[in-house]
Amino acid sequence: MKKPLLTIVGTLMLLQSPFAMAEETVTISLKDFNALKSLCSSLKGATATMATAPTRTKKPVVVASSKADTPDIGKAVKIASLRGFHALDKEAKEIEKKKQFKSGDGIKRNWELQPPSIPHSIEKDRITLKGNTCLKCHSKANHEKEKAPVFSKSHYITRNMKVLDKLSPRRYFCNQCHTPQADVDPLVKNSFKSNTIKLDNRLMDKVEK
Amino acid sequence: MMQIKNLKSCQRMAGFFIKSTLLIGIVIGIILWGGFNWTLELTNTEQFCISCHEMEENVYQELQETVHWSNRTGVRATCPDCHVPKDWSHKIIRKIQASNEIFHKLMGTIDTPKKFEEHRLELALHEWKRMKDSNSRECRNCHQFKSMDLEKQDERSAKRHDPHVWEAMDGKTPSKTCIDCHKGIAHHLAKGWEEAAKKAGLQD
Repeated sequence: MKKPLLTIVGTLMLLQSPFAMAEETVTISLKDFNALKSLCSSLKGATATMATAPTRTKKPVVVASSKADTPDIGKAVKIASLRGFHALDKEAKEIEKKKQFKSGDGIKRNWELQPPSIPHSIEKDRITLKGNTCLKCHSKANHEKEKAPVFSKSHYITRNMKVLDKLSPRRYFCNQCHTPQADVDPLVKNSFKSNTIKLDNRLMDKVEK
Repeated sequence: MMQIKNLKSCQRMAGFFIKSTLLIGIVIGIILWGGFNWTLELTNTEQFCISCHEMEENVYQELQETVHWSNRTGVRATCPDCHVPKDWSHKIIRKIQASNEIFHKLMGTIDTPKKFEEHRLELALHEWKRMKDSNSRECRNCHQFKSMDLEKQDERSAKRHDPHVWEAMDGKTPSKTCIDCHKGIAHHLAKGWEEAAKKAGLQD
């Protein structure tokens, strides 16, 4: 007697959860069914119906279902995971491949003092304790030979406002501010509009100097 | 009569001896030579290189981040492709030099990551020097100026390769060799590599 009752409680808990869209079929006694029916009628969106009894057993089969038609519950269910609405045993939707953006003339800044975006791939670059491969081209010593923009004077200043003769440690990790770009739609809509005149990167550097 | 008979049998014996010695010598020679080269080639595999933890834990892991490990077309370079010359005479010279590496293996000179890091610059400088002296011979086993399509390269790369491609087309030795610019493409660079390379005349 205890077992079917537990099943009913379990079923009801299932019905009450916001994700309960599924139908649950359990086999219980007629007495329990009546109890379940009365409980279901007090619940919103849950119904208990009697299905045809299977052969050999005299116990009725109960089909309890929840439509979960309350708007709040419905909304919660609609949120997709990063995998989308795919079942776990199915392949997830393939993500469109996007390459890091390449541009010969640099990428325009969107606002004044924006750290310039990186107009090339940085896949092969490595910034570690041992070294920073960005400096192969963008250092003071190499930028002329490599025809690459050099980091500005601000990058020599430490957080204690001390001016060093080399790149300041707080500026060492280039991609904390400077990022490569890909031609993709933004994940979140953005209505930002620059309030400054759009300046070419190189022009901007001249202004800074 | 007896003497002549003896002489003839002696001659026959000598002939047989020479022939059999030659035959056995050739067979043994082939086996030894083949065996020697076979063993030499065994030491020319990546599996052999990374059987030492010094290589497996450091440089082999670093290689796996690079284009020489995985790329679009699935062609990859193994350790000996870059670090051991292909032709026999250069290979045997390199292999004799490598006895120094066995010595340091036994001494445990670079047997911890920390020790390896301390020696990284020195090791790199050796390798860069070797590459420069051989005009980046091992790079050119795969990368040849004659087959380099500058149209398909990035603008920046094409511009920098261009003069050297023309030098190669004119049959001159290119004024710059691969390793002059392409350092640290397969393994991490050591701290202070740039200054050290410049000092050693391996970098402009």
